[in-house]
Amino acid sequence: MDGHAGLYIHVPFCRGKCAYCGFYSVTAVGEVSAWVEAVLKEADLYRDRFGPFGSLYLGGGTPSLLGAADLRKLLGGVRARFSFAQGCEITLEANPEDVLQDKAALWRDEGIERISVGVQSFDDAFLAKLGRRHTARQAVKALETLRRAGCANLSVDLMWALPSQNLEHWRRTLETALSFDPEHLSCYELTVERGTALEAAMQGISPFDEALACVFFRKTSEFLRRRGYVHYEISNYARSRAFVSRHNAKYWRHVPYLGLGPAAHSFDGQSRWANVKSVRRYAAGIRQGVSVVQFREELTVEQRRLERLFLGFRTHDGVSLDVVGRSPEARRALRRAVRRDLLRIRNGRLVPTVKGWLIADRLPLLFP
Amino acid sequence: MKHIRNFSIIAHVDHGKSTLADRLIQAAGLVPEREFRDQILDTLDLERERGITIKSNTVTLPYRAPDGLTYALNLIDTPGHVDFSYEVSRALASCEGVLLLVDAAQGVEAQTLANLYAAMEHDLVIVPVINKIDLPSADVDRVKEEIENELALDADKAVLCSAKEGIGIDEVFQAVVERIPPPQGDPEAPLAALVFDAQYDPFRGAVVACRIFDGRIRTGDRIRFFSNGAVYRVEEVGVFRLKREPRRSLEAGEVGYIIAGIKTVSDVRIGDTITLDDNPAARPLPGFREVKPVVFSSIYPVSSDDYPSLQDALEKYTLNDAALVYQKDSSAALGQGFRCGFLGLLHLEIVQERLEREYDQSLIMTIPSVQYRFTLDTGEVRVVENPQYYPDPVHITATEEPYIRAVILCPERYMGAVMKLCTERRGENPRFSVPGPGRVEIVFDMPLAEVIYDFYDRLKTVTQGYGSFDYEMIGYRPSDLVKLDILVNGEKVDALSLIVHRERARPWAVQVCERLKEEIPRHQFKIAIQGAVGGKIIARSTISPFRKDVTAKCYGGDITRKRKLLEKQKKGKKRMKMVGSVSIPQSAFVAVLKTDKE
Repeated sequence: MDGHAGLYIHVPFCRGKCAYCGFYSVTAVGEVSAWVEAVLKEADLYRDRFGPFGSLYLGGGTPSLLGAADLRKLLGGVRARFSFAQGCEITLEANPEDVLQDKAALWRDEGIERISVGVQSFDDAFLAKLGRRHTARQAVKALETLRRAGCANLSVDLMWALPSQNLEHWRRTLETALSFDPEHLSCYELTVERGTALEAAMQGISPFDEALACVFFRKTSEFLRRRGYVHYEISNYARSRAFVSRHNAKYWRHVPYLGLGPAAHSFDGQSRWANVKSVRRYAAGIRQGVSVVQFREELTVEQRRLERLFLGFRTHDGVSLDVVGRSPEARRALRRAVRRDLLRIRNGRLVPTVKGWLIADRLPLLFP
Repeated sequence: MKHIRNFSIIAHVDHGKSTLADRLIQAAGLVPEREFRDQILDTLDLERERGITIKSNTVTLPYRAPDGLTYALNLIDTPGHVDFSYEVSRALASCEGVLLLVDAAQGVEAQTLANLYAAMEHDLVIVPVINKIDLPSADVDRVKEEIENELALDADKAVLCSAKEGIGIDEVFQAVVERIPPPQGDPEAPLAALVFDAQYDPFRGAVVACRIFDGRIRTGDRIRFFSNGAVYRVEEVGVFRLKREPRRSLEAGEVGYIIAGIKTVSDVRIGDTITLDDNPAARPLPGFREVKPVVFSSIYPVSSDDYPSLQDALEKYTLNDAALVYQKDSSAALGQGFRCGFLGLLHLEIVQERLEREYDQSLIMTIPSVQYRFTLDTGEVRVVENPQYYPDPVHITATEEPYIRAVILCPERYMGAVMKLCTERRGENPRFSVPGPGRVEIVFDMPLAEVIYDFYDRLKTVTQGYGSFDYEMIGYRPSDLVKLDILVNGEKVDALSLIVHRERARPWAVQVCERLKEEIPRHQFKIAIQGAVGGKIIARSTISPFRKDVTAKCYGGDITRKRKLLEKQKKGKKRMKMVGSVSIPQSAFVAVLKTDKE
């Protein structure tokens, strides 16, 4: 684990909006080149304040739809402006329908070793419900293509708790993914977020049973651990510690990160800020030299502590006992949590159990 | 004395009493036009908002009559709610006449009648005034008929006005001067002054409003209160002109104020008689009685750290409201608080709102109770208004609860609905009369406990706002009472206990269990909520445990939102009350008191 900051670039373009997605994206693909210009200009603003970076993450949106010229310009520009640590992890999020041979080769040639593929499911019916624009066949092909192109750090995104999904169906999904021997797996419980198309579509459909969701979560963890994966964060699994997402781990370890692009968030250890959620206003603002930061907060000591607690409890590394504190009240709370098998003490750290993870959002509330 | 008139305006709520008072004050030239605001006499924000008078105010209006003489017209304002009927009676005792205000569109209402009777008891001259004659829906002829038929007053002499539009105001003044008799009394006799109000001035202490019946009072006099013999030296006397206006003396027939270094208004009793210490009147003026609270409830601070602040607020509050009594109380669930006694439910609401608004307190109030009477096998009679002191039922030989005579006046078409409501509320012995065409007066004997909670709201609902309600206490009657406890996972929530009629215990318990189920958040274990009488469970609900609370994705852009949610939850947790291992939010205690959503 390195302490270098992470660099995130938000690629806000999509061919369409997925039903469940609450992230910011637009379909105006014609604005890509203006966006590249703006991101590089925004990078200028931070060149002396950040770096060297230990990771670069192209997230979205749909970074895989970037053409060769735009991608080369973006990466070249970023590399010219910032320094990157030895062995920097570079990730790109890809949609299966974009993963064609030439794209895979382009990414490899540009030094993007880690590709995170948004497979979600290998069932066409579910993919359609989720509003994805690929088929199960395309997903399989995408993974094959990447492997053939020599991708040695493959991550697969999957979703569970799909309406009426049963355990057997989910097990088959996992098996299919495992047949590609991915270095990394993200298994997200489908969350119906407010204001998404999915929320509207779910009207009248009974939500996924809570007790069943608990079973899914435990079984997934058991199943993948038995297959040799490290369950290192609530929704994330790595084939070995070496394949833990180094970029995402920075969020959970409270390490600084710089986000470039519209709607991107940044954190410098003291304060957090976010850019405007509009490609146009972002690009215009950058062009005119006015601030595109729409939100900024200075974190108090207490807020930083609270963040360390809840972010730490998401991972298998947990939280240092120093963060929890040693007051009698904290000790009492700690003993209670250990007795209830929610947390365990390991090497001076308080780490969550699988049972604890099921109520991860409340774990920080157990402590004073 | 010939040039003094003492009068009140009495009216049904909304018939325009405050507006008429404002207009008279304005016409008398007491306030420059630009400083004028509506409802000058209603000094509390709450009064202005609700359009009712809670604390009465008095004002002396100079009036130059057409005969060229200047009169001092003392307008004595009266509070407008049944909870304050004693204060009203003392204000009326200070007058020689009243303006009986009737809305030209609404006509005679229940309160109009009740007020008229009160005025007649004091042998006052009654001048009917028909207000709001400018309204399109005004029907002066019909209202005149009602005045003749229902009030048995001479409607031909009714003054027509529109206080809002300023029509007929001079006619009102003339009627006051010509028809209300001047006061009588002997300025040379020993002092007898009737206390009808007291207010608190942070610098001067109590400001006693009184009517001098006999004698005179000057600065420097030593005065004595008849009820308790307390003696004070007069620092200042004067008359009310919106602001206080000092005078050398006040004489028989006059209305004014006395400041005498009296620390709080609770040292001053409404209805008491003031006399001179060295030359006392032989006997007090008639009609004094101690005002006793009839409704009781405990007040707790939302956060127990705020207990000292609540104590401070109550101390300050009672400087100005002698009717509120309180003493320390404590609850296992809610910590330290105060048991308070109120004149009625409106009084309770007013106290609650004023403490919250003016004194910035966050309060939890328990279910209001009345004073129940228990006879024990030792022969001892115990009066209990706090469920905590419910005697051991083994030793109880008789139980009684206070009853009222409820008088409801409403249009005939709502009679069925009102009957049903009153019967549901254990009303007995119904009587009817028809005071006028299309209108009925319904009288029931009812337990006070049944009206202190939400009766008035329900009445308004079932009569679509047309029903009016008045009541008087008629004493104790035998009643089958039990103590209902609410248990959360087997632990008694003492703040939710209630003494209640046996038949009412189950419906109430069911409702409380349901409300708590809605308000208590899920825990990691199952929570049983039960209503119990003695050892017997009569209602129950359960809150299923939550198994899972976890966000699937949490990356750079999610952290702030997530932290804010946690901060909110942490704050909410601090305000939770612990009963055993169950956290109960403050909102649950409030929700229990909410009326049915219908």
